[in-house]
Parts: sequence; structure tokens; C-alpha cells
Amino acid sequence: MGFAYFPHTDEDIAAMLGRSGLSSMDSLFSDVPEDVLFKGGFNIPDAMSELEVRRKFEELASANVRLKVFAGGGAYDHYSPAVAKEVVSRPEYLTSYTPYQAEVSQGTLRYIFEFQTMMSELTGLGCSNASMYDGPVSAAEALLMTVACTRKKSRVLVSATLLPQVLDVVRTYMKFHGVGLTVIPESDGTTDAAAMEKELASGDVAGVLVPGINRYGIIEDLDGFADSVHSVKALLAVYSDPSALAVIKSPGEWGADIACGDAQTLGIPLNFGGPYLGFLCCRKEYVRKLPGRIAGETVDADGRRCYVLTLQAREQHIRREKATSNICSNQSLMALYATVYLSLMGPEGLRQVNRLSYGGAHYLHDRLLETGLFSEFCSKPFLKEFVLRSSIPPEKLHTALAEHGYFAGLPCGADTVSFCVTENRTREEADGLVSVIKKLV
Amino acid sequence: MSRILEGLLYSESHEWVKTDGGIATVGITDFAQKSMGNIVYVDMPEEDDEVSQDEEFGAVESVKAASDLYSPVSGVVVGRNSALDDEPGLLNSDPYANWIIKVRMTDPSETGNLMDAAAYTAFLEKQA
Amino acid sequence: MKYYDKLIFELSRKGRKGWSLPENTWENTPEELPDTLKRCQDPRLPEVSEPDVVRHYVNLSNMNFGVDTGFYPLGSCTMKYNPKINEETSSHPGFTSLHPLQPASTVQGALRIYRELSGFLCSLTGMSAFTLNPFAGAHGELTGLMVMRQYHISRGDTRRTKVIVPDSAHGTNPASAAVCGLEVVEVKSTSQGVIDIEDLKPLLDDTVAGIMMTNPNTLGLFETEIHGIASAVHAAGGLLYYDGANMNALLGKVRPGDMGFDIMHLNLHKTFSTPHGGGGPGAGPVGVTAELAHLLPAPAVTAAPDGCCEVTGSPDSLGRISGFMGNFGVLVRAYTYILMLGKENIRKVGPYSVLAANYVKESLKDVYRLPVQSLCKHEFVFDGLADSGTGVTTLDIAKRLLDYGFHAPTIYFPLLFHQSIMIEPTETESKETLDAFIDAMRKIAAEAESDPELLKSAPHSTPVRRPDETLAATHPVLGYRFGEGTE
Repeated sequence: MGFAYFPHTDEDIAAMLGRSGLSSMDSLFSDVPEDVLFKGGFNIPDAMSELEVRRKFEELASANVRLKVFAGGGAYDHYSPAVAKEVVSRPEYLTSYTPYQAEVSQGTLRYIFEFQTMMSELTGLGCSNASMYDGPVSAAEALLMTVACTRKKSRVLVSATLLPQVLDVVRTYMKFHGVGLTVIPESDGTTDAAAMEKELASGDVAGVLVPGINRYGIIEDLDGFADSVHSVKALLAVYSDPSALAVIKSPGEWGADIACGDAQTLGIPLNFGGPYLGFLCCRKEYVRKLPGRIAGETVDADGRRCYVLTLQAREQHIRREKATSNICSNQSLMALYATVYLSLMGPEGLRQVNRLSYGGAHYLHDRLLETGLFSEFCSKPFLKEFVLRSSIPPEKLHTALAEHGYFAGLPCGADTVSFCVTENRTREEADGLVSVIKKLV
Repeated sequence: MSRILEGLLYSESHEWVKTDGGIATVGITDFAQKSMGNIVYVDMPEEDDEVSQDEEFGAVESVKAASDLYSPVSGVVVGRNSALDDEPGLLNSDPYANWIIKVRMTDPSETGNLMDAAAYTAFLEKQA
Repeated sequence: MKYYDKLIFELSRKGRKGWSLPENTWENTPEELPDTLKRCQDPRLPEVSEPDVVRHYVNLSNMNFGVDTGFYPLGSCTMKYNPKINEETSSHPGFTSLHPLQPASTVQGALRIYRELSGFLCSLTGMSAFTLNPFAGAHGELTGLMVMRQYHISRGDTRRTKVIVPDSAHGTNPASAAVCGLEVVEVKSTSQGVIDIEDLKPLLDDTVAGIMMTNPNTLGLFETEIHGIASAVHAAGGLLYYDGANMNALLGKVRPGDMGFDIMHLNLHKTFSTPHGGGGPGAGPVGVTAELAHLLPAPAVTAAPDGCCEVTGSPDSLGRISGFMGNFGVLVRAYTYILMLGKENIRKVGPYSVLAANYVKESLKDVYRLPVQSLCKHEFVFDGLADSGTGVTTLDIAKRLLDYGFHAPTIYFPLLFHQSIMIEPTETESKETLDAFIDAMRKIAAEAESDPELLKSAPHSTPVRRPDETLAATHPVLGYRFGEGTE
């Protein structure tokens, strides 16, 4: 019996073997030492039909619980437009490779060019690459880039207010690459600028990474950071939420040199953690050290406007061990997702997303305080995510809420929990969450 | 055939040097530009940066290749040819008229390690 | 394919909208934020209606070539058919709506997929444990090398900072080694394109952390000396890393674990049929022997005593290399593929891919130069035309193939030859498709004799022709230029 993905008939196989001067399928592996040919059985199930696969997935899905999402922690439940899903499922995009053959990849190259433009606009920095794996890896790449740009310097500073998974990934990358890492402590919920200044004074710092919106949801005031960092010839990178950049100050406006982060907030589904969309933008003067794919505009043999992958001499396939990064792909399809999303939303739609998230978050924040079970963690401004001190032990609260159908009150410290509200949540749902919490005690 | 100018000194990594007092002017040879193809970018150090003999000081890039530049002398960079920022192709059109950096040498005797035109010609022939 | 010249920004008109969101009825708005935190300059995002957005991206897609469009013999990329059931299962709302930090008790279905897929991959590769967290092949390489370094460091063996990489390796191998803080030592290939064990042995001292190998190598040749190489590297205290880029040749037939490899990655977007998506997202799971399992990155999925899955991390773990647990949507596709094939059909993947490659090679080797005359695995490399006197280059051949409706093979890689053309046909192509490709390649070889100009000016039928890459790299334009003087 054949199989749906294998077109070979017995006649085909005989003809193909014949042309190759081979007598049997086994002879295709006559160059392989006999003792490494696998003769055992694989520990995987028997073949399933599509119907059986569908049933299997229904069964697996029933072992999951869909929760109303009232927390973030680095993954955000934003509205996902129907058009974005539809466009990314087009096989011309889905089943193509990296656009090496520009003549038959103008679709991919054009949307990457549009994506780069939109990310440059949002971050206020002149250049963007074609995207990275996810936010935390883009942060690690941003720091490696600061080391490459400043040459010879060997230490980076990262703020304690970054998301814990960002700090963890950055630690791993720096440890193996041999770059020193110092964590700048926090002070009242935000990066301690004075502590940063002190570290900068030693002169060996290549780059500093701080969040635009931090792990507590607080919008950091980065006034003066760029000047301090630049005064010791180091670079400033800001970990940013591109959705929020429609309303809050951009890394470029803060005077930063690099922006990195996760663009999952641009309508990409939660998807149990991936695929998401890392991004990396920089000021023009550093573009030759920017890792990853970059699309650029040019003309073809007939003078028509067209697009190619460019500045490839930076990359691993040419520089090999001298490349700044080993990345040789991007999250292209997710970049398309974000590009279509931003095309639909425009500046006003993206502002509306922020209005609805901000309004909902502040509403929930105030209702939760009114219960008397929570108290203010920090009174600094926030957008869609916030942290409160909880009189209920965080783990207990979080687990109990999950049992009631809510993903909320994410433990964020010994006695602190975080909440998040996006445009996907309604007033009724927020009120429902508050009444469930009241009943818990 | 690659052009080689009399009166210049050459390194095995295909840089040329012209000395004038304590200042060394550095570029790449005709052989180097030919093997690169169309040069699209020259990565140069800044003024006041230090360079050391036989150590990397920058790179030249074409569309599909990159080649590091090695300094033929040690010293401090006192000039960079900023015309190459806008028009890196100048290195293709005349690699000897278009220098890359000028270095105030800290040890002019190092030029003794370099080849003269005849020696570089022989070196290229041996390479071929 | 039809040339379409618009960029989305050029369709923008002030006041148009393509979004649909509820009215804002909340009391608080971001307007109340302090001015110091507010954005000053609006981002110049397009303002376009929904139908215009749809038409724009459909028009752009018409300038793209995919596996669903036609034959895509791109060497080293394994452009096999991407089954549609994979798309259906991976977009099941029961999974796409899950937050990665939800309590484990609410995501048991997702965690089971993670665990079962790890188990399938172990069985197929002969490894003992897998992390599915790496996002891509290069990310897998980096993760695998981190395991290698962590192993030596954890044993107090801190001098092992070199990694041996063959000169035929994918460019990512040395780049990953460098990012991991390892020094690359190159070992040369023989004229037969394989590693010479006698050249390798002198390199093996107590500063070597290990070797990275692709088997079959980038010429599509099986490294027949693999046993000797493995025992020499192990005897010197090093580990063997298997770059799974070429695993499709061996799937179902040979397991890296049985060849003596300690660490490996797989490209799920190559061997396990998940779509390449124009460059990603992919997935690069890393498998290791039992001895190295405790070093894998966190978080990991393990079985609790009650049989449920939980998310944990080993205390000896090398650390975290991803925000969450990899590209889950891609993992679901690969899992679906394995379920569909089952334990018997999966045995045929490697053999059929090798059959296709040998068939195409043997059908063309009289008109294209085949530098190594031997059985190949899933791919092979020509070094340009057999008649090198026509002046027609590999680039010309590649561009002309586009006119015949095929995607070009990988060109100018591996670097061992000047005119490399690397062809990988995969097991999902019918004999008729392969015959049509062979026919086109033979016609091109004939055209090279009769009308070389036709090839040098190819392609003739694509939306654009031979973009000026020098211009693009000399004066980079990396974003839309809004109006005059606003570059």
C-alpha cells in the first residue's frame, strides 16, 4: 500500500533504480556500514488517517483548559484580525524558502521591506532587520551587537526590571560568549539610574539593556539614560512592546541606539509560547553590525523597482566564525502577520488597542484595590499590565483563579501578583474576575 | 595581470604602504580589489584608534564576500578616507590612488618586514 | 507571476481605516499619562481599507514561488511537501488560545504533545532526551554546542575551547561555535569530499571540545569512516555533534545515536515537513545521550509521579535559551506528520529521498560535471556544466531554470567547488516531476552551447530580472522613503 505523500509506483521505483544502476532499494545504502543500519522498530504509533488524527487532536485539546486571559508576563492576548490569519496561510508565502532567488521571491522581499519600515517607524530608529526568533533572544542579540559595535569592551549591564525570561536568556548567551554581565538593581519598581551610572564609570561597559515597559507593567522614565550611556561610549538598548509604542515614547525618542523585544503583541495568537516574533532595530550607523536578514531596495536589469536580501557580507554564510551572530533565518511568516496587522490597524487602530487595554487595566486595578484584598505595589504609571501586593498567597490565588477559568494573578514576587487587560477583555469579564476573587476568601 | 606600483611597500595580505616621514598611508592592492569584485563597503577605524602590525583594522565587503584588512604597520590612525563611505567602488577603479587610512607609526622599522614591488610581484607569481 | 509594484504605504490615504474594534467606554485613557512618557511623533503606519490590504498581499503573494507552486530542488533545504492537515491541527483553537504560563494542570494536552514528540524524535534518532525549545537549526546548533561546553565545564575540564568543523560545513556551524565562545579549527575534506581521518587525528588534543559533522555531508556523501572518527574523537575526550540539516537522507534507515553522535539537532522544517514560511518560523530540537540529558536547557516537560506532565528544569541545566518552550505551533505540525506517517511509512522517507537524488544525478551527469562519482544520499553537487568552455556560469543556469518554472537549486555552496549546483529533490516528488526537471536541465545544457546569451540574460519570464545587488549593498535603502527629504 502506498502513502498519500509518496507518489512512487512500483514501476517508477524500478525505472529509477534502473537508471541509477542499482538493483534494490537496499543498495541505495550500500555505502553505510552494515552495523549502523537501523533494523529495530520505532517507538511511534501506526499510521493514522486524517480522521483519526483529527480525533486524536480533539482528545488532546480536551485535556487543555481555555482560560480567560488576565495576565501577560511576556505573552499578551491581543485581538487577531481575520485578514492576518488568512494572508499568512496563503501557500505562496507559507511554503516558500528564504528569498535567495529574488526573481521569484518578490512577495516575501516586499513584505519584509514593509515590516522593516513599520518597525523603524514604531521604534523611531532608522533600521530594522527582517525579524528574530523571539523577544528574549533578540535581547541577547542586541547585547552581542553592542559588544561588536564598541569593539574591545567586555561587559554589559541589564536592568533587574526586565522580564525574568529575558534576563535568563541574556545570562545564558553572555555566559557562553564570554561577556561579563551585571544586573542593575531596581528602585521603587524601576531601573535604578544611579546604580547604572556607578557601573558605567568603570569604562568597560559595551551596552546597557533596559525595558521600556518593565516586568511590573510600569512605563520606565528613561530620561537621561542615553546621555549617561553615550558618555562612556557604550550603547543603549531598550526592550520594547511595539504595540505600546503607538502611545508611549519610542526608543528613538529616548535617544536609544537599539530596540529589541517581542512583536507578538501585534495580534499574534498566544499559541502556547510560539511562534512569536523577535525584532531588532538600530540607528543607521550600526546597521553593518545588525544581525539577521535585511531586505533592501534596488532596481532590476530593466530598471524596475525591486527588492533583495542585502548587506549579506555581515552574515554567517560569508563571515562564518567572524559573523556577529549565527542566525540565518527569521520568523518571516510572523513578520508577515505583523505587517498585515499593522496595515489594517494603522496609527489610529493601534491607538485604539492601547485605549481599550489601558482603560480596562485601570478599571480592573481600581476594582481589585476596592476589594481590600490587594494594595498598591508602586504608584508609577502603567499601560495594560500592573502588579499589586496580594493578601492571598500568590501561588494560591493564581491556582484558585485557574480553577475558576481565569489566567490571572500571575505570581511576580513573594507577595505580589500581576494582571493584564487587553482589548479582548470586556467589563463583564473584569467584573466576573473581581467577584470570583471576592468569593475566594 | 595585477598592477603593482614601484616605490610602495606590500604585505602578504595584499595591503600597500607609502611612508612619508612618520606617516604611513595604507590601501589595498590591485590584486586584492580584483579578487573581491565590486566593493560595496569599507569598514574603517576612527581617527585616534590604535592599529598594530599584522592585526585587523577593518574589512572590505563585496556583495558575496568579506575580507579583513590587516595593518602593515603599528601606530595611531590619523586619517581615514571618508570618500570611501559614499563611494567604496573607488577601490575598484583605482586602488592605489584611493588610500584607506593614514597611520602615525610608532615603530617605522617595522616596514622592514614588508615587501618591495619586485618581491611582491614574485610573491603573487608564487601564489598563482 | 505578474509584476506588481505597490508598497502598502503607497495605498495609504488619510482617514481610511482597515480596523474593527469596539468603541472605547472605559473612563481612563492613555491621554492621562505624563507627557514625558508619551510619544511625540506619530508612527507613519499606513491607513488602508480592509479590501485594499487583502488585495495588496494577495498581489504580492503572486510574485512568490513555494513548494505548492512547483518543484523546489534547493539543496540542503529539504523542500518537501507541507501537508495541509498540519496546518489544521496547529491552528486548533484548543491550542492557539493557550498562554505559555498557564498552570500545567490546564495545558496537559499541549504538554503531552511536547512529551510524545520528544519521545518520537528519540526513537527516530537513537538519542535519549530532546529539548524542543530551540527555534531554528542555527539556534539548535548553538544550544547543542552549549551542551558540549557545559559538559566539559561541569567536569572541571575548562581547557576544551576548540571545536573542529569540516571545511565543507554549513556556514552556521562556525558562526554558532563563535557565538558559543568556541574557537573553530577547520579540517579539510579529501578530494572525495569526506573527512580524512588521518588529517583529523593530529588535531585531537585536550583542548578540543568536540567535532561538528553533517552526515551525509554537504556534498550528499555518507561519511563512511564515521566509526573511526567517532572512536578517535571520543578517545581524545571530545564529543560528536550531529548537524541534522541532512537528516532526511537517513530518516527511518540510520540513526545518529547509532553512529556514535552525542548531541544533535533536527530541522523540523526540513525533515519533518513543517513549512519554511519564507524563512521561518522553524524549529531546531536538540537531542543528547543519557549522560548529557541533565544539561539541556530549561524549561523542560517531565512526567509527574501521577502520570501528568509538568514543566520543570534540571538544576544542572545550561540555562534558558528561549522565552518559553519553542515554536509550539511548529512542533504540533511535526507531531502531526509523524502520526500521519506512522512507524512503517517513516522508514521510507530516507530511501525515497535517496532514490530521487540518485535518479536525477545519473540522468544529468553526462552534461553537468559531477566531481565525485559515487552513490549519493538525498542530494548531490555538480560543479557547473560538463563543457566549461561556454562561459555559462552556475548563476546563469539557476536563473534560466526559473524560466522553465522550477525553483533554482542551491548555488555556489559548498565552497569546495567554484560552480557548485546543489540539488535535493526529496521523496514527495513524482517521477514525472523529476523527469520534467531533468528535461529542463538538459535543455539548458544544450542552450549553453547554442545560445549562451539566452542564459546570460535569463530569467526572461519572471516579474523582475537580475536585481542589482551591488547597488543595494552600496547605498542601502532599508525602508520606505516617505516623501522627499524624509529618508
